[in-house]
Amino acid sequence: MSVNVVVLLAMGAAVGFLSGMFGVGGGFLITPLLIFYNIPPAIAVATGANQVIASSFSGALAHLKKGTLDFKLGTVLLIGGIVGSTLGIYVFSLLRSLGQLDLIISLTYVAFLGTVGGMMLVESVNAIRRSRGGAVPVKRPGHHNWIHRLPLKMRFRASKLFVSVIPVLGLGAGIGLLSSIMGVGGGFIMVPALIYLLKVPTNVVVGTSLFQIIFVAAYTTIVHAATNLTVDMVLAFVLMLGGVAGAQYGAKAGQRLKGEQLRALLALLVLAVAIRLAFDLFLPPPDIYSLVPAV
Amino acid sequence: MGWGRHIAVSFLAAVGWVATAVAQPVNPTTEGIQIGLSTDVIRITTDFSGENLTIFGSLDNIDPQQQRQSRYDVIVVLEGPARPVTVRRKERILGIWINTQSETFVGVPESYSIATTRVLQDITNPESYRRLALGLDYVHMRPLDPQGDVTTIQEFTAALRQRKRASGLYNERIGGVQFLSPTLFRATLRLAPNVPVGTHKARAFLFKNGVFIKETNAHLAIVKSGFEQMLFRLSRNHSLFYGFCAVGLAIVTGWAGRLVFRKD
Repeated sequence: MSVNVVVLLAMGAAVGFLSGMFGVGGGFLITPLLIFYNIPPAIAVATGANQVIASSFSGALAHLKKGTLDFKLGTVLLIGGIVGSTLGIYVFSLLRSLGQLDLIISLTYVAFLGTVGGMMLVESVNAIRRSRGGAVPVKRPGHHNWIHRLPLKMRFRASKLFVSVIPVLGLGAGIGLLSSIMGVGGGFIMVPALIYLLKVPTNVVVGTSLFQIIFVAAYTTIVHAATNLTVDMVLAFVLMLGGVAGAQYGAKAGQRLKGEQLRALLALLVLAVAIRLAFDLFLPPPDIYSLVPAV
Repeated sequence: MGWGRHIAVSFLAAVGWVATAVAQPVNPTTEGIQIGLSTDVIRITTDFSGENLTIFGSLDNIDPQQQRQSRYDVIVVLEGPARPVTVRRKERILGIWINTQSETFVGVPESYSIATTRVLQDITNPESYRRLALGLDYVHMRPLDPQGDVTTIQEFTAALRQRKRASGLYNERIGGVQFLSPTLFRATLRLAPNVPVGTHKARAFLFKNGVFIKETNAHLAIVKSGFEQMLFRLSRNHSLFYGFCAVGLAIVTGWAGRLVFRKD
């Protein structure tokens, strides 16, 4: 594999800038970018997971200091996450031996980025319209839905929450599964899910999400390294360096933009990545034959 | 960038080395061929963008008459490590290109660079090339399941050769072997940017009047440079530990980033 260190640094910095600006981990951008740069998808995913640890750790430290982190909720999410990630790694190896891994990675990216990006775009455009049309009070989502009727309730003091552990474990497991197949932290799904499904207060959401992402991504990285030999530490390190620096400038740039404008921009970006990946699925490949090392 | 334009291979060192290491019985009536590498290890870095490898060699006991008429031909090959490879074919299903059929081959050299004195068909006949498994069209490719459908195996063998050529891992250089004197020759081979690490085998073949006379070979290790080689070995031999290191590195980088850029 021959890659240019400067390109990788720039890639890391660009994603870091965006992740700082939008407050996301950036794994969902790093992995597709690496694939566009002709890094084999299996390596892009495992290395992406490795890179996610650095940015999540950096972010979680800030939340730890501010006390906006619910350890108990994070730990329950984490238990689910480990189970999901283990399952995901098994699926990953299986798909790889069947020759369908690249396809499934692209398809899951297109599906998730397309859905999340589309929803965000609609929501943020509506918000921009509302703010232009005058201040209409936003209806606070109802406090009780079916999730709150499930058994095995547990109290999470930092989040002021009394909720069943089933959806928390399930959410953690789902994100863990995505983490190992897509190489993402999963913050872009975790954050809305915590807010809208579990009604976790917004101020502890990001910190808690980052906390559990660190561990799930670390677990994913270790298991990928041990079973699939797909982690490239040097590649990940170069991306982290760019990412950590870029994030600082991104955070500053983000403060100058309004929340809904920021979300609309991020939505457009997410959709662009999804469309590009979808194109590659439908366009005839340069060669219908491909070579892979046999296992 | 990086290291020298050519991997210098000293012929003087080579002759002495070959003479002692390859103790061949000296038969005064048959010609001999020798090659030598001044180094048995080539180190490449992550940004390796391909290089030329020069190998010097010499002929023994040649017939001056035949030499003057250019009746001697030399082919030099650098064969990469043999590893199993799977060839997959994509088909369009519901508009999406999906891998469907595949065929696995074993013992296929990952890379194969060949340099010759002349175009291949002028040196010897296809039968000889086939027997020696010499040349891009004759590199031996053994299917894992030899009982499979013959036309499928042929199709995938052809695809494998074509992909290897397209990636630059299999390449040929006609006229890449030049005689510097009646007995001394120099072969220039292309190392692709994605040349595999591992033990490579340099082989030199001598032909006279289209007849194969003799083969000699030498080994060459291609490794990643210092630190990267260490990491590569760690990732293969102690993969779990490597995973922990990757996580540790990420934690430290994240923490250091926080220290350097801390605002609060």
